[in-house]
Amino acid sequence: MPILTKDEAQALLKKVLSYSKADECEVNLSGSDGGNIRYARNAVSTSGGVSQSSLVVQSSFGKKVGVATINEFDDASLEKVVRRAEELARLAPENPEFMPNLGPQQYLDNPATFVPATAAIDPKLRSDAVAQSLAISKEKSLTAAGFMENSAGYAAMMNSSGLFAYNTSTNVNFNVTLRTSDGKGSGYASKGYNDINKLDVAAATRVAAQKAAASSNAKALEPGKYTVILEPAAAIVLLETMFFGMDARSADEGRSFLSKPGGGTRLGEKLVDERVNIYSDPLNAELPTSTWNGDGRPQEKISWIDKGVIKNLYYSRYWAQKKNVKAIPSPDGVIMEGGSASLEALIKGTEKGILVTRLWYIREVDPQTLLYTGLTRDGTFYIENGEIKFPIKNFRFNESPIIMLNNLEALGKPERTVSGESNTQALIPPMKIRDFTFSSLSDAV
Amino acid sequence: MRRRDFLQMAGMGLGATMLPRIPVLGNNVPLDAPWYTVDVAQKKKLADVALNEARSKGATYTDVRIGRYLNQYVITREDKVQNIVNTESYGIGIRVIANGSWGFAATDKMDTDSIAKAAQLAVAIARENARLLSEPVQLAPQKGYGEVSWKAPIEKNAFEVPIKEKVDLLLSVNDAALKGGGNYVNSYLFLVNEQKYFASSDGSYIDQDIHRIWPTFTITKVDAKTGKFETRDALSAPVGMGYEYLLPADADKIKGGVTTLYKKRYDMLEDAKAGAVQVGQKMLAKSVEAGKYDLVLDPTNLWLTIHESVGHPTELDRVLGYEANYAGTSFLTLDKWESKKFNFGSKEVNIVADKLQPGSLGAVGYDDEGVGTQRWDLIKEGILVNYQTIRDQAHILGLNASQGCCYADSWSDVQFQRMPNVSLQPGKNKLSPADIIKNVEKGIYIIGNSSYSIDQQRYNFQFSGQLYYEIKNGKIAGMLKDVAYQSNTQEFWNSCAAIADESDYRLGGSFFDGKGQPGQVSAVSHGASTTRFNGVNVINTARKI
Repeated sequence: MPILTKDEAQALLKKVLSYSKADECEVNLSGSDGGNIRYARNAVSTSGGVSQSSLVVQSSFGKKVGVATINEFDDASLEKVVRRAEELARLAPENPEFMPNLGPQQYLDNPATFVPATAAIDPKLRSDAVAQSLAISKEKSLTAAGFMENSAGYAAMMNSSGLFAYNTSTNVNFNVTLRTSDGKGSGYASKGYNDINKLDVAAATRVAAQKAAASSNAKALEPGKYTVILEPAAAIVLLETMFFGMDARSADEGRSFLSKPGGGTRLGEKLVDERVNIYSDPLNAELPTSTWNGDGRPQEKISWIDKGVIKNLYYSRYWAQKKNVKAIPSPDGVIMEGGSASLEALIKGTEKGILVTRLWYIREVDPQTLLYTGLTRDGTFYIENGEIKFPIKNFRFNESPIIMLNNLEALGKPERTVSGESNTQALIPPMKIRDFTFSSLSDAV
Repeated sequence: MRRRDFLQMAGMGLGATMLPRIPVLGNNVPLDAPWYTVDVAQKKKLADVALNEARSKGATYTDVRIGRYLNQYVITREDKVQNIVNTESYGIGIRVIANGSWGFAATDKMDTDSIAKAAQLAVAIARENARLLSEPVQLAPQKGYGEVSWKAPIEKNAFEVPIKEKVDLLLSVNDAALKGGGNYVNSYLFLVNEQKYFASSDGSYIDQDIHRIWPTFTITKVDAKTGKFETRDALSAPVGMGYEYLLPADADKIKGGVTTLYKKRYDMLEDAKAGAVQVGQKMLAKSVEAGKYDLVLDPTNLWLTIHESVGHPTELDRVLGYEANYAGTSFLTLDKWESKKFNFGSKEVNIVADKLQPGSLGAVGYDDEGVGTQRWDLIKEGILVNYQTIRDQAHILGLNASQGCCYADSWSDVQFQRMPNVSLQPGKNKLSPADIIKNVEKGIYIIGNSSYSIDQQRYNFQFSGQLYYEIKNGKIAGMLKDVAYQSNTQEFWNSCAAIADESDYRLGGSFFDGKGQPGQVSAVSHGASTTRFNGVNVINTARKI
């Protein structure tokens, strides 16, 4: 099914609701078209096209709720899915935390999330992009492995209490690893945008190629505490663990890094360096996101950390009602403010330090302190007197983003970044951090 | 489903975030519905449409997978059922070779016209990709099996057990955990049924019925005064079994140690009672002093170390570089295998790959490219002797047949090399965990798995557990906390000093082994008996923020 317009989506959702016999009914509709191509060993390996649509119906009788989904859209199927959700609701035990429908909401308009040129990407454009990347790899006598995927989609929601929401979006991601033929050097680059015109596959491949060649024959440094410059792709995988953990309920329940000894939460406390400002804004031009979340709540500009102080936590509608506060949803894109310095300027201003391209296999070690472990990967370099001196062997780290943001030395210019762990996108500056804890050496290249 | 999506859905990670709804996993089907299967003759008819269309468009090889994937999730916390979800996903994936290149297309529109179009698209994509090939695909030969079938040897289909019985079990587990001293408890039951039909231009028509089950919980205890909290996860394993896994049996319990451990039957209620006590003990445990310790690792911990440090580096596609951009490559390069003397571990270390083992997550009759499954050695008396491979890579090892390691997590995703069960063989001499512990002077006995991380070539790893007991002069000397062990794969397996015998052998495993771009998950088991490793580096993970 093609991407439905706002009017088409509205008409379809009204039809679905017309079949409802439940106390309340809420319907989500979404669809996307996209494709991907993968390459390795300097040749394409797999590629495919994906087209999918889905209709999700939630029916409730009192606090008994059922959910059913379908991907067929004829009248009989639409009625069937509504009956099925109602049948499930009747079978389900009461959920005391069930929340009734939201009424009509006002949403901001945000056309920037959808770029027609991205929606028009075809298999040939993808294979041409890969051909460019492969040409650079072969020219430099390196071995490339990479991935490109794109999608265009829409989402709409309507409920029996008058709420209607609709948006469209496009996305294209590209990432590539180049390795030297002897396996002693490896470099990585990753980019993601709403707009294909911003993606420069050749430029990203050249960055990875440069890092691969420069990282060959790395020296071993002793593990310990070092000043590091984290490129945005390295910083995001640690910082996102903090964003994901800003849930009010677990903080209130005493089982979060935001829980306070003696009870309560650290909301309003200064937790990190005062230069740290983190917010979300669906209308940001570099990172446009949906103006409503999956359960119909409006997404607005929200400050999460202001001058190092925790300003807001996110809530489920149930928990917000119980706590009698505004039910702020979790954000779709996070923006961390920075300065104007380039990565090169940060390196230039560093007497002794380590430049980190990428962090990998990030896992939680202790939820109380948000301690995480993982490793550097695909380009780690020693800096001395403002210059990159030599490549170094990869390290395992054990570090908490909270401790890290207290050891902040400098922030560079934020850029749009894709997490290699979760695929979420954010605007993140490169950052210089002192006393970053590397606990052991890895032989991996 | 990506691991993070699943964890979010189940509210298991990310600060126990509870999502207000379940994301879309497939088409929901009625609870307690009769668990029908699609008629085999109908599947053969649809598969033949794809095979014929692809051949007529110039494919030199075609395989077709018609999959019906059913899941059921029961999700509770404390005295509440948060969600009961049934999902169904049904569709067809068509893979072809044309002009020497792979092409793939999938559709959930199961009429003959849509299937023929998908077959045409697969051929068109193969032709488009052919210009970016360095060499044509070389498939290891595989004889057609004709029309055959395989069913997982389950005793009680978990999907046919009434919802009420499952809800009552989880709520009784929660009640026991809270009464025992836990402040919060989340419990889950996950059921999977893959009904897979495979057909290929080699002449195979294979119908398979696969079942998996995973009951688990997390108990949390909070000290509001200090702001400290601890958790204890279930000591269950996800297994390739039916509901019989949840019917306790004394013969499958290992008693007499610090906690009861489970073999082929799991007593969830008993484990929750023990867990509630242990989470309180964890709050009071001594913080570990960093240093070298002899580790005694229970299979509930060691399975994940085997998975990461043996399972992944012996995947041939990683060795060759196909995963270089994401999951990584491998330190077990071909020259090490060719030398026939690469010293992976000590003489005690024998590790097998196995797609046959009953009750395991990896057991199937045939893999997802129609190859009959088998068992083979990976590490023999410490030496690297083999890898895991599939049809288009077998020739690189000089093999004239695939080892049957191909899998796709859905009809909509292309199949590729995935890990079989990879298991450490038990010691040949009679030896119990208690015998091992009594010979350790300064050590830590670790039960259950928790944090895990390893580099992209599988050298350097760090793991932690659920329960840590200090061993002093051959005796358990109380509980420790803040423990993680770090090592290098080759050093670690060479420090393997003793392995308990077969009577202690158990399976652990994962539903969510992630690999590939776009990401796919695979379910895999790892067997072991309690094992001793000498002089492993232990770090203290306590921090202040």
